[in-house]
Amino acid sequence: MAFEQDLNLEATELRLGLPGTSDQSAEKLASPSNKRALPDVNEESMSRDHNSNVAAAAKNCDQETAPPTKAQVVGWPPIRSYRKNCLQSKKTEAETAGIYVKVSMDGAPYLRKIDLKVYKRYPELLKALEDMFKFKVGEYSEREGYNGSEFVPTYEDKDGDWMLVGDVPWEMFINSCKRLRIMKGSEARGLGCVV
Amino acid sequence: MRHNEAEQMSEDDGRQQSPPSDLEFTSNKARNCIATGSGSGHPELQSQYPDQVLENVLENVLHFLISRQDRNAASLVCKAWYRVEALTRSELFIGNCYSVAPGRATARFTRVRALHLKGKPRFADFNLMPLNWGAHFNPWVLAMAKAYPWLEKVYLKRMFVTDYDLGTLAESFSGFKELVLVCCDGFGTSGLSIFVTKCRQLRVLDLIESEVTDDETDWISSFPDGESHLESLIFDCVECPINFDALERLVARSPSLKKLRLNRYVSIGQLYRLLTRAPQLTHLGTGSFSPSEVAGQADQEPDYATAFAACRSLVCLSGFREIIPDYLHAIYPVCANLTSLNFSYANITAEQLKPIISNCPKLQVFWVLDSICDEGLQAVAATCKELRELRVFPVDAREDSDGPVSEVGLQAISEGCRKLQSILYFCQRMTNAAVVAMSENCPDLVVFRLCIMGRHRPDSVTGEPMDDGFGAIVMNCKKLTRLAVSGLLTDKAFDYIGKYGKLVRTLSVAFAGNSDMGLKYVLEGCPQLQKLEIRDSPFGDAALRSGLHHYYNMRFLWMSSCKLTHQGCREIARAMPRLVVEVIRSADEEEMDDLVQTLYMYRSLEGPRLDAPKFVTIL
Repeated sequence: MAFEQDLNLEATELRLGLPGTSDQSAEKLASPSNKRALPDVNEESMSRDHNSNVAAAAKNCDQETAPPTKAQVVGWPPIRSYRKNCLQSKKTEAETAGIYVKVSMDGAPYLRKIDLKVYKRYPELLKALEDMFKFKVGEYSEREGYNGSEFVPTYEDKDGDWMLVGDVPWEMFINSCKRLRIMKGSEARGLGCVV
Repeated sequence: MRHNEAEQMSEDDGRQQSPPSDLEFTSNKARNCIATGSGSGHPELQSQYPDQVLENVLENVLHFLISRQDRNAASLVCKAWYRVEALTRSELFIGNCYSVAPGRATARFTRVRALHLKGKPRFADFNLMPLNWGAHFNPWVLAMAKAYPWLEKVYLKRMFVTDYDLGTLAESFSGFKELVLVCCDGFGTSGLSIFVTKCRQLRVLDLIESEVTDDETDWISSFPDGESHLESLIFDCVECPINFDALERLVARSPSLKKLRLNRYVSIGQLYRLLTRAPQLTHLGTGSFSPSEVAGQADQEPDYATAFAACRSLVCLSGFREIIPDYLHAIYPVCANLTSLNFSYANITAEQLKPIISNCPKLQVFWVLDSICDEGLQAVAATCKELRELRVFPVDAREDSDGPVSEVGLQAISEGCRKLQSILYFCQRMTNAAVVAMSENCPDLVVFRLCIMGRHRPDSVTGEPMDDGFGAIVMNCKKLTRLAVSGLLTDKAFDYIGKYGKLVRTLSVAFAGNSDMGLKYVLEGCPQLQKLEIRDSPFGDAALRSGLHHYYNMRFLWMSSCKLTHQGCREIARAMPRLVVEVIRSADEEEMDDLVQTLYMYRSLEGPRLDAPKFVTIL
């Protein structure tokens, strides 16, 4: 476009060095294939450093293998870090928030709390409970529940009902489990999947 | 002689300033006349008595002058008026804490009850200024402790305030009533704790967009027992948990409480409890507006809408920090009376917004995220005919993100909200046509801040620079005093601003212009210009020189990543002895060649400040 020459866009182009300089590394940063997104300028530890983000990006620009993204400029767009952080942290908090539930065991003097999100499936959870409370669960079968053990893992669901751990799919379980209780076998007899 | 220049220099907003010239005080003719009027009686008594009467009358009259612009004018009349005005000024405003020393201010104004003090320039908010640049509150609080034992109110913006300063504040002024900290930092919850413990008459504690360190001190519990005088408690920016039970008790014993803005650590269930105790609230910040995290809390949820309905005086609503949109319906009962609504932390869609906004016909101030899209803005335009101020913030504040709002939303707002006075609009694409439309539809615009997030981005339809759009704004909006420009802009845009922006006091420029002419147009054309902040634009020493005639009229000039040299800046410093010319390097960079990274200059009666850190060079 004709006006580009008059505009002297070069002068306002993002460069690593001060305006007017033609730094080699700045040239590199300016070329699209080497551009790299700066480390998030919103992170508390870095947000105050004036140009360190830009400098760090230049040093690392050879290592970039991710698809090229436009390098972020310090302080642009002009949003206060506080606001940026608030909206950012909401995303990450949602991603990393744990599902903490209380775990009680009949006869044990105090309760424990575990994060269900840490486990990917039932065997992992059961193993963790076994280690925590020093007991064994026994064999699980859909028809008979847990066999061969004095203790049975149960949980209270959203409706307030006590269920046997393992009957529903894992995802459904972690989203509906309010608390866990490791019942003594004598009380657990007759407990099964509520149809 | 120079004393009243300080107040003149610190003034902004509104009136035409008279240029600061050498101010010789004319001898008091009136005084002499009366004294020689004569008649019988002792000559001394004869000459003193009328003076006393004059001064008493003056003092009583000048007490009624509130506006600082009026007071500044009055202080220039003659020496007597200067003296009496200084005695009767109870609210002291200082727009740049370095323009005058605390001692000088307290020497002139001896009966101050309220101090309003501003520190760092605005671009410091965007990490463009290294830490520890300055703006310390400490010397001010120490000076005032000696000079104003009856001080009642302190308002600080962008100042560095320590816990020690807060303690000094609380201990030095027995009748202290109001503390407002906006965009401040340097203190923590332990400082707050000391402050509220000792401030027995406290009515207002407003912490707005400030950074508060979490020292794990329970400052809410530090409020003294017994009935409190609290009228306003704002702590939505405090990023640490608070003792809710203590807060509930505090609210219960604060019958005068009108403004309460909670932080995001207060759940909606807790909000409910507070609302039932404080239905007299006029301003509410809702906190998280979502249930607390406790897993499996299937307790019966209270009727939130009823609690809101009981708040018949509620006019200003904000918060919604971690909103779960299912709860939005709870605010329906208060919508009809709302004049101010801040959804700028609520990531909601147009569909979620519509039922709310369509019930808010009285809305005058609306802050929102661009998650509502152009469609949401159209809904706003359809209902909010009384809208005066709109701010649209981006959910995703990056240059190359998708932009949910565009020229379509701006056009809609301009057509629906004809009384608009102030707008801040972040977007990824814009057209001149929409900006022109706004300039024509909203002639009352006083503040126009458009941020097209992609640098140098032209009109998305025509590919042209955005010159004509901004040109129309300065041409058609005759009341415009604040302007922020963006997008692809040539010197032509600045030509327009210089020609038509005769009332512009604050101008923000980024990644714009092609040559020195751009800055020259503005410096030569805008007589009311007081605050000019420029980044990454190709303006050099010649342009800087063209403002020499005007710099004493300005509060400050900021230029970063432009084309200024040390030599050029030094010339300015030499030519203008009352200007402090600071060259700021970024903390870790060595001085590279002759180009100046950041220039920050401001008028001052004190010369170079003594607390400048190493990375600041004062020329």
